[in-house]
Amino acid sequence: MTYTKRVDNRKFDEPRKMEAKVGVIDRADGSAMFKIGDTIAVAAVYGPRELYPRFLQDSEKGILKCTYDMLSFSVPERKRPGPNRRSVEISLVTEKALLPALDLKNYANTVIDVFIEIIQANAGTRCAGICAASLALADAGLPMKGLVSAISVGKVGDKVVVDLNKEEEDYEDGSTDIPIAMLLPDEKITLLQLDGNIKKEEFLKALEYGKKTCSEIYNVQVKALKDKYKK
Amino acid sequence: MKMGKLIVKDKDIVVPGEELAEGMDYLPAEGAFRKDDKVIASYLGLVNINGRLIKIIPLSGRYVAKKGDTIIGEITDINFGGWQVDVGSSYNANLSIKDATSDFINKGSDLTQYYTFGDTIVANITNVIRNKIVDLTMRGPGLKKIPGGRIISIKPSKVPRVIGKQGTMISMIKEKTGCKIIVGQNGRVWISGDGPKQEKLAFDVIKLIEENAHVDGLTDKVKKYLEDIKL
Repeated sequence: MTYTKRVDNRKFDEPRKMEAKVGVIDRADGSAMFKIGDTIAVAAVYGPRELYPRFLQDSEKGILKCTYDMLSFSVPERKRPGPNRRSVEISLVTEKALLPALDLKNYANTVIDVFIEIIQANAGTRCAGICAASLALADAGLPMKGLVSAISVGKVGDKVVVDLNKEEEDYEDGSTDIPIAMLLPDEKITLLQLDGNIKKEEFLKALEYGKKTCSEIYNVQVKALKDKYKK
Repeated sequence: MKMGKLIVKDKDIVVPGEELAEGMDYLPAEGAFRKDDKVIASYLGLVNINGRLIKIIPLSGRYVAKKGDTIIGEITDINFGGWQVDVGSSYNANLSIKDATSDFINKGSDLTQYYTFGDTIVANITNVIRNKIVDLTMRGPGLKKIPGGRIISIKPSKVPRVIGKQGTMISMIKEKTGCKIIVGQNGRVWISGDGPKQEKLAFDVIKLIEENAHVDGLTDKVKKYLEDIKL
């Protein structure tokens, strides 16, 4: 059986509808909301502030600390609150995906705390989280080399697709999920994970789709940042 | 040699990673860096072009301590050499014993009799080392402990607008509301008036200025606002 038509009538290389908003949390130094389809992520940045305990401080550069969390009502079946194996892993990969964009040499002995909350989940949450976090970091006025955009690509049945939703992820004939994060406008990949099976040619095609979609997301992000100050 | 090309205009809003100019003729100043032969923005802000220099004025982010600034801070800690002061930047500032008062302070005396935890002070920044070590002084006209009143926070980038040209804006607010107001360069504003009504009015006006900082003819608008409201 082949996968001829996507469950929500999208084209194979078409992402879900995106929306971004900057400055959603007043008390944070920087914040942003990123929505793709039914997945909504909210990120808040606090800092740079002095890091305690002191032995964790780096006297040469600042430290980035990311915390990813899914709220208990974000999924159909209630998620037990608090960190778990999955969220700890995603916090770590998010941190590594965002770090190449930041320039923290002027913030010695400090920490920048990034909190990502998924308030509604329908696949692609880590990518939505990275997009929101990168916007929030820019909103916090931190020196950066560019913005980080992320999208999940993959294979459903026998077709290479962009931005899988939950239904496609659980496709009966098997599916492959590849989250990609890119530092734009440099076009450097900062996150690449793979869950499932895929052939080399299909992978390269998926990567190509991913790059194209990341630049689409980048435009949405830039517009969101500029809209906050445009009157 | 080919002449450099300017890509952005003066007072444009730019995002991190955005290209500002091409060619070696243009030089990156604060908030910009050079990559190959391009000048790139490193944080979110407004473009300021001064001859060949391209500078970015930040629109968000924490206060960055600058030598000579008068700030409003809060005492957070007391140690052997003096006081630790929270000035709203990434690092705490130091107020040493010899700069604290015009009185002679005996070695080993109880420092809380001068300034204690939670006291609000107006101080001047004497020295900043690599944006990290900030020294304060309390010796000078108008530098003192401020009792009572209320403190509000505004964005450090909006402070010049609240003060106005040669202090026109702030003296107008003082006159119309009858409140005593001190504006710190770190974005903290101290207001003390005859009653809560006057303080609330001063608070509202300062928030109005912060929100409409980019509007032309703001002084007239504020004047009208203050005249419309009868105390």
